[in-house]
Amino acid sequence: MMRLPTFSYCAPDTAEEIAHILAEEGPAAQIVAGGTDLYPNMKRRQVEPKTVVSLARARALRGIEWRDDGSLRLGTSEPLRALERDPRLQSTLPALHQSVLSISTPVLRNMGTIGGNLCLDTRCQYLNQNFEWRRTINHCLKCSGDTCWTAPGSPKCWAVNSSDSVPVMIAMGAKLLLQGAAGRREVTAAEFFDVTDGREWIRRQPDEVMTDIVIPSQEGTRSVYLKLRRRDAYDFPVLGVAARITMDGDLVSDARIVLNAVGPAPVRCTEAEQALIGYRLNAETIGEAGNLSRRGAKPLDNTDYMPNYRKKMVPVFVRRALAALA
Amino acid sequence: MTKRKIQMMLSVNGEDHDVSFLPHRTLLEVLREDMQLTGTKHGCELGECGTCTVLVDGEPALSCLVLGLECAGKDIQTVEGLGTAGGPHPLQKRFAELNAAQCGYCTPGILMAAQSILTKDPTPDRETLREELAGNLCRCTGYLRIYEAIEMAAEDMQHGS
Amino acid sequence: MAPKYRIIGKANTKVDGLAKSTGATKFADDLSLPRMLYCKLHRAHVPYAVIKNIDTSAAEAMDGVVAVLVGSELPTQFGILPVSQDEHALCPDKVRFVGDPVAAVAALDEDTAFAAAQAIRVEYEPLPPVFDPAEAIQNEVPQLHDYGDDGNVHKRVAMEFGDVAGALEDADEVLEDVVFYQGNTHLPMEQHATLAMPEADGRLTIWSSTQTPHYLHKAVSKVLGLPPSRIRIIACPNGGGFGGKSDPFNHEIVVAALAVKTQRPCKITLTREEVFYCHRGRHPVLMRSRMGLDKKKKAITGIHFESLLDGGAYGSYGVASTYYTGALQTVTYKVPNYRFDGVRTFTNKPPCGPKRGHGTVQPRFALEIQVDRAAHALGMDPADFRLQNLQPPESVTANWLRIRTMGLKACIDKVVEASGWRERYGKLERGHGLGLACSSYITGAGLPIYWNRMPHSGVQLKLDRGGGVTAFCGATDIGQGSDTVLASCVAEILGVDLLDVRVCVADTDLTPVDLGSYSSRVTLMMGNAAIQAAERARDLLAKACAEKLEVPPARLAFADNRVFDTQDPDKSMEFAQAVVFAEAKFGTIGTVGSYSPPKMPGRYRGAGVGPTPTYSYSASVIELHCDEETGIIDIDKIWIAHDIGQAINYHLAMGQVEGSVYMGVGEALMEEMVYRDRRNGAHKIPSLLEYKSPTTMEMPPVDTFLIEEPDPEGPFGAKEVGQGPLLPIMPAVANGVFDALGVRVNRCPITPEFVLAALESKDKRSGPKSYPDLRIEAPARILTPAEGGDGYEIDQKRKTKQLAREQRTDEQKTTR
Ligand SMILES: Cc1cc2nc3c(=O)[nH]c(=O)nc-3n(C[C@H](O)[C@H](O)[C@H](O)COP(=O)(O)OP(=O)(O)OC[C@H]3O[C@@H](n4cnc5c(N)ncnc54)[C@H](O)[C@@H]3O)c2cc1C
Ligand code: FES
Ligand code: FES
Repeated sequence: MMRLPTFSYCAPDTAEEIAHILAEEGPAAQIVAGGTDLYPNMKRRQVEPKTVVSLARARALRGIEWRDDGSLRLGTSEPLRALERDPRLQSTLPALHQSVLSISTPVLRNMGTIGGNLCLDTRCQYLNQNFEWRRTINHCLKCSGDTCWTAPGSPKCWAVNSSDSVPVMIAMGAKLLLQGAAGRREVTAAEFFDVTDGREWIRRQPDEVMTDIVIPSQEGTRSVYLKLRRRDAYDFPVLGVAARITMDGDLVSDARIVLNAVGPAPVRCTEAEQALIGYRLNAETIGEAGNLSRRGAKPLDNTDYMPNYRKKMVPVFVRRALAALA
Repeated sequence: MTKRKIQMMLSVNGEDHDVSFLPHRTLLEVLREDMQLTGTKHGCELGECGTCTVLVDGEPALSCLVLGLECAGKDIQTVEGLGTAGGPHPLQKRFAELNAAQCGYCTPGILMAAQSILTKDPTPDRETLREELAGNLCRCTGYLRIYEAIEMAAEDMQHGS
Repeated sequence: MAPKYRIIGKANTKVDGLAKSTGATKFADDLSLPRMLYCKLHRAHVPYAVIKNIDTSAAEAMDGVVAVLVGSELPTQFGILPVSQDEHALCPDKVRFVGDPVAAVAALDEDTAFAAAQAIRVEYEPLPPVFDPAEAIQNEVPQLHDYGDDGNVHKRVAMEFGDVAGALEDADEVLEDVVFYQGNTHLPMEQHATLAMPEADGRLTIWSSTQTPHYLHKAVSKVLGLPPSRIRIIACPNGGGFGGKSDPFNHEIVVAALAVKTQRPCKITLTREEVFYCHRGRHPVLMRSRMGLDKKKKAITGIHFESLLDGGAYGSYGVASTYYTGALQTVTYKVPNYRFDGVRTFTNKPPCGPKRGHGTVQPRFALEIQVDRAAHALGMDPADFRLQNLQPPESVTANWLRIRTMGLKACIDKVVEASGWRERYGKLERGHGLGLACSSYITGAGLPIYWNRMPHSGVQLKLDRGGGVTAFCGATDIGQGSDTVLASCVAEILGVDLLDVRVCVADTDLTPVDLGSYSSRVTLMMGNAAIQAAERARDLLAKACAEKLEVPPARLAFADNRVFDTQDPDKSMEFAQAVVFAEAKFGTIGTVGSYSPPKMPGRYRGAGVGPTPTYSYSASVIELHCDEETGIIDIDKIWIAHDIGQAINYHLAMGQVEGSVYMGVGEALMEEMVYRDRRNGAHKIPSLLEYKSPTTMEMPPVDTFLIEEPDPEGPFGAKEVGQGPLLPIMPAVANGVFDALGVRVNRCPITPEFVLAALESKDKRSGPKSYPDLRIEAPARILTPAEGGDGYEIDQKRKTKQLAREQRTDEQKTTR
């Protein structure tokens, strides 16, 4: 039986307390929300925190609140299933709904939280293995080794950001609220995930806990999320495409195309977006955007499916996403 | 970090149990090893198969990814609480009749997931069952008899038989 | 007209149904005993190396560690086949794949055992590994074992039935296909577990999740040096097996040894990763098939079939697997001339062995794709081509396999009709297709694993004065429902209720030997033994009742827990009363039954693999969509018909077909055992998340048809159903992709990458491009029945003599 390493456990009542404990313990502490990412990683000994700080009792981290301006505030420890079942979310934020619905399985979505999904540790076939397995490859850059086996010549870790909701949050311009020991701060999702190395997949300070996600009103936009994976349940994305289009009459006035699961960080396809803005959304422009979207994606051989296949699928999925919005 | 056990009351199948266990033990370990409730099975202990599914406050949860101590004050339901051979739950009866439990190893987890589906939707259609059971791997049945058994049990429960 | 049964073929609840649905069934890991220790193995993290030193001191010094075991303490080798005794409980001198166990610890709890196993330090001298079988046949080094046919070749076989070269030469067209079938694994949901307990009298009891308690019995006895009489093996109900629990395993022997060493109960439960290392699953097989076609007769003139098996690090069932890749190409369609060349190599990967459809799945995939091509080459509907070339019932094939009943025509007719094949095949819009494939499988291997003349299955009955019947048999229920089959056969004959029969199974102390739950043998062999035992008991009872009721015994019938006169049903008594009379007359009532398969006509070397009392047949049509841009296949619907002879229990039979189809869907679309050759040969994806097993979302609706035409060899006419229905699924998907997009994927699984590759290629085909030279010298030549052969290799007797003579002269030369 795969078992957890030993640790001490606490479940403070407030975000401030959580931040204080994190500040005291430093990187040896880990936040746990639903535990569906952290506990498997601990069982595989990818992480062995001395202290596990649970969000379970912090009531302020809950809630799905629609505000008058049409924006939505999500408490980070809200389970994915709650989002999935919210009727208004389903109708007004279809891309978010689709992405949440595509995560893992119904039972895991009962347990996993939206905050945990945003902070999901990066994944790699050389990393998400038992301790004994990792001895065979002499460990890896992200976890007690010195080589990234995905790209042995590279100084960076190429573990993959495999969260389904991350690209959607970026496309929708979500803001994230963090509580640190010294106070609160707000970042955009785009900034929070603007990283280059799989070892630091989010721009979070060790003492910070993410408390809220604020999604501005999406009125006047259309959005969609498409996901490539082997099975229609369980599997992480090996390519995720979030697209949001704003139209002005017949013409595209704003476009956002964000890829995920093709590298350590989500990829914004700015060239493809530019090829749409000011034009009609038709087969030609969609085809062009699809082709341009290929550039940023660097899938490597550390997930399911062959990397060149995933690369080949980028324009196909981008085209299909845009076609769904046309 | 200690190897000292904690002691707490755990409500399992409607009964309060005074149990002590190490703080890093998962609910799966507590149930099977500290309480000898071996009806709950395991196939990966990493959240990848659904075999260990139990109900926590009525919602399905993977007992391999929940700490025992996180369950203080919660109501845990396992297959042992669903029914007995003498008085089986309609689900158990239909699973037995239709050979929906072949080797029977995935069965306890699937029964608990099914139980929770039926509480929310007493007459689920095929598509609902398919989607809701997507996290419960079974290598024997191809799921087909499982759907049938749940549908028949749903009918039994509707008609109070 | 099938006879009327009270129990056989009915939709009864299986005898262990409620135990399973209430969670009461005890699987091996559910057992625990006072003072029990937990065992963990330390496994190799290098693929091939000499062990220089094992330092266990840190582990031994740990609090809570009770014992440590290393390979030198268990030097005796074991293995499932007598010809491949090449495994050690723990590697004493060499490790041969990542995951090969080197040392073991027993500790008070599993956390400690885990930490201690990690603290063991092994010093290795690395050896150059080999991962590619094509490389392994070319080079003499590395050589993983010091036995086998030559170099790294474990087994090399070549035999020719009829004149194949002539048949291909005379053919109007010869189709050639090179096909690769990737390895995959059983993935039972239950991870293997074993508990061993030393008894106060010096005996040892072992509970294990094994499909073959009898072979485990032999292996434990051999390695521990304890007589079998001191060892008791109890096979717990298996949480799925599919062939993955039919070898004796290292961990089983290790916990037995640790229990003896510590004199405490000792348990091991493997992690999912370790289950991947046990493996013994489907061999990766590279195949080439050449098929000659006669355009006028629209028939096959001959087939030359070659297979190269990647065996992994140990022998396992590999010799049998090798023969199986060439055995059953002849039992579905008429193949007048047939040649088979097969080679199995060792590589530094987990050992392959028998998985559902053992060795016949890969060649069936190749054959059914080729038959589909043949139909198109002849301008025929693939269903018609098959129907016109069926091997007839009650016949003997070119390679001397005896066919009894043959229900393939009925199977094809059924699925063709149900799927609307005639109206729709070749006519659906692009991207939408139908595929047809057929198959056949053995109902139990004709020969046992080790040579002997004893029965393959035995059943013992004990009748109680209260009317209860206990049936003892060594068979193991792995989810297939053998307990219910046993009870059903006995209850049918004795006229009692299913629940009046208590089954006591899979316990080497209590039950007569049944060879195990493999090769689809249990229903037929145990069933026949059970019928014999029950008939003997019935005869005793009938004699006693006849006296009491004053009617001739032959007029008595047994039904509804009564014995009655068929001519005057009022003359009757309760079954329990009948037992009382019989016991009074004859003493304690106990009977036995046993079963041995009939003698097979093939006498050539290798003729032992392939024969069976009778073959089952299946046909399947699959409807699918295949996306031209992504290559992704969505299966819409599966129709399958299976010639089962006679279902013993309706729900069990249907469950076996559906389960086989499920497993076939996984193999067809996604399941692969893959390794990182450049990273020490580590298993790429040893987890339930990354090794893809279909969820509910991938499983299509299935329409199942049982074709029931009782077979004279089977109990009540029953044939196998546990494995055969898996075989047509993969080729039906491949053929469906051809119908949808006009491309051939000569490779399984049929992944999107390969669909796209086929679309992009000039010849609209993807898969392996070339075939290595298997270095076969002249094959053994066996005359076919049509050629007037006798089942022996030509001049086999003379050749044997000549060989002996040559050896003698060689010896003389060397001594001179
Ligand atoms: C078998 C399986 C399949 C899965 N499939 C998918 C999938 O398809 N798509 C997908 O996106 N995910 C998938 N997941 C991952 C996971 O279940 C989800 O991402 C889930 O939403 C994580 O949430 P959690 O609350 O369980 O996270 P946790 O495990 O509790 O935490 C995850 C990480 O985030 C940190 N964290 C959590 N909350 C906060 C916070 N408020 N502030 C700061 N840091 C925080 C934790 O320290 C930890 O590092 C899968 C997991 C499993 C086991
Ligand atoms: S044991 Fe597999 S999900 Fe818990
Ligand atoms: S019944 Fe065997 S795994 Fe589901």
